[in-house]
Amino acid sequence: MPLQVQGEVLSIRKVGAYQSMTVIAPGIPELTRPGHFLAVQVGGPESSMLLRRAFAIYDVKDRGVYGGTVEFVFAVHGKGTAWLAQRRPQDKLDVVGPLGKPFRLPTSAVNATLVGGGYGSAPLLPLATSLRERGCRVDVVLGAGSADRLFGQLEAKRISDTIAVTTDDGSTGVRGRVSDVLPGVLDRAQTDVVYACGPMAMLRAVADQCAERGIPCQVAVEESMACGIGVCMTCVLPVIGADGLTRMVRSCVEGPVFLADRVRWDDVGTVPADAVGAPR
Amino acid sequence: MSSSTDMSTVLAGVRFPNPVFTASGCAAAGQELDQFFDITSIGGVVTKSIMLDARSGRATPRMAETPSGMLNSIGLQGPGIDAFLDKDLAWLAARGARAVVSIAAGSVEDYARLAGKLRGHPGVAMVEVNISCPNVEDRGQVFACDPHAASGVVNAVRKNTSDGVPVFAKLSPDVTDIATIARACVNAGADGLSVINTLLGMVIDTTTMRPALAGITGGLSGPAIRPVAVRCVWQVHQALPDVPILGMGGIRTGLDALEFILAGASAVSVGTTVFGDPSAPVRVLAELTRELAARGLSLADAVGLAHRPPEPAVPTGPDPVGDELESA
Repeated sequence: MPLQVQGEVLSIRKVGAYQSMTVIAPGIPELTRPGHFLAVQVGGPESSMLLRRAFAIYDVKDRGVYGGTVEFVFAVHGKGTAWLAQRRPQDKLDVVGPLGKPFRLPTSAVNATLVGGGYGSAPLLPLATSLRERGCRVDVVLGAGSADRLFGQLEAKRISDTIAVTTDDGSTGVRGRVSDVLPGVLDRAQTDVVYACGPMAMLRAVADQCAERGIPCQVAVEESMACGIGVCMTCVLPVIGADGLTRMVRSCVEGPVFLADRVRWDDVGTVPADAVGAPR
Repeated sequence: MSSSTDMSTVLAGVRFPNPVFTASGCAAAGQELDQFFDITSIGGVVTKSIMLDARSGRATPRMAETPSGMLNSIGLQGPGIDAFLDKDLAWLAARGARAVVSIAAGSVEDYARLAGKLRGHPGVAMVEVNISCPNVEDRGQVFACDPHAASGVVNAVRKNTSDGVPVFAKLSPDVTDIATIARACVNAGADGLSVINTLLGMVIDTTTMRPALAGITGGLSGPAIRPVAVRCVWQVHQALPDVPILGMGGIRTGLDALEFILAGASAVSVGTTVFGDPSAPVRVLAELTRELAARGLSLADAVGLAHRPPEPAVPTGPDPVGDELESA
């Protein structure tokens, strides 16, 4: 059950092209699992920006000198994130979380491969730790446009068995996309399960490669949201249910983590004609 | 919260403990918001408009943030009335919330059938007839802008609704004269009016150089439309002073709610603000209670108070000529 907390900024630091913000938000850390996200109010109480900004939770500390803290990573895309990047320690921040369905963890020690695009690696790093605690082998593939858009490379190296890095411009690692190196990793690591978070195009490529090999894959999607709590119906995408029927489901409450083979990747952004309640 | 201020409100014979409701399409069926505040502590839950059959809604993107507002083009996504009754209304009833069920349809017959499905259901405190959704094929033009069509729908719903359950018609601000539509709805049997639905709007994405919404146009909501909504409530109350109004459109604070009440609303819905502040309805209620107490007013005293005749001018100083010059 999510909480709405009047939090306080503890720290904000620049990490390459991104910002990483830690907020004192008592109560939220204890409830958080890898894959959960936060929805943050931007612009202050008189803001002309009414809608919350949603970010995957990176790190949580449920106790400490300052009480529970949550950390999330973001890029400045527009006015809301620009405002957020200007926050300083002790500034107030209204935070709702944890939200969504987290990654499902395997019940036995399996070989897990984690694929992160850009700052999509943020929720995968705590996941890697959870998987290691369960005795899983963890291999990580990180990709980004350029070196400054990779997040958590060093940390990933520390907690994984192997790490592969790609950049579009070749500024670090292999020049290319994660999908260029993923098949090799899947084979070498004898991967049993894949977890991915990043842009939709990357998720789709990862989902396709996993489907070809019959490897179960969970993806955390990024859809544009207004509320993050399930009431606005803006963040929908076509997903096949257990009954085989496609519905437009809310990525904020039914996701953001989905089984990759349930997502109708070809139809994201549309309402497939066979979806429940589609226009006839 | 001041306990001395009587916050109860009566809408067409039904008493609600206080005048702050959710708004249709901004609270689903209450369950999600109940995580953030006790959903039974507000006046009522206005559910997302339900149709006869399941409906997928429109393609994405469905939303664009605008200055002090947002544009949406959801397209009435929902599970259909039967699933709504089994799951959502059953939950609201079990929870003890007062449900205002919003219904939408494409024909008078379907509105009548929807009302029939709700008839006799103990969980229904009130029915809101959404004749003004801008995100359906006809852009809400057929029923909301034509007094005859609006009458037909309201009449059919009223006939098929249990006695003692008020029927409110939700009006569009996108009309030439809202009082004309309001009067037509009341003459057709509406017990009250919900004022206002979203305004039809549009955003163009200057990067893609195409409309920002997949549905091209959408409904504008949020504080950006508040002055339009207050004006509509004022006009409807002026034309029909005895008809209860549920006012909505950009309410963010208790003072905003008070504006609607002074303009003539007997209750208010908090809509888009909930997206940014899920506990907003209880905050608005507390703020409104405080603001009324600060003015020494009961809620009933405040309804429509802005329409009172001007107070007789009181001489303010020895030199009225000088004052006039100063203000000129």
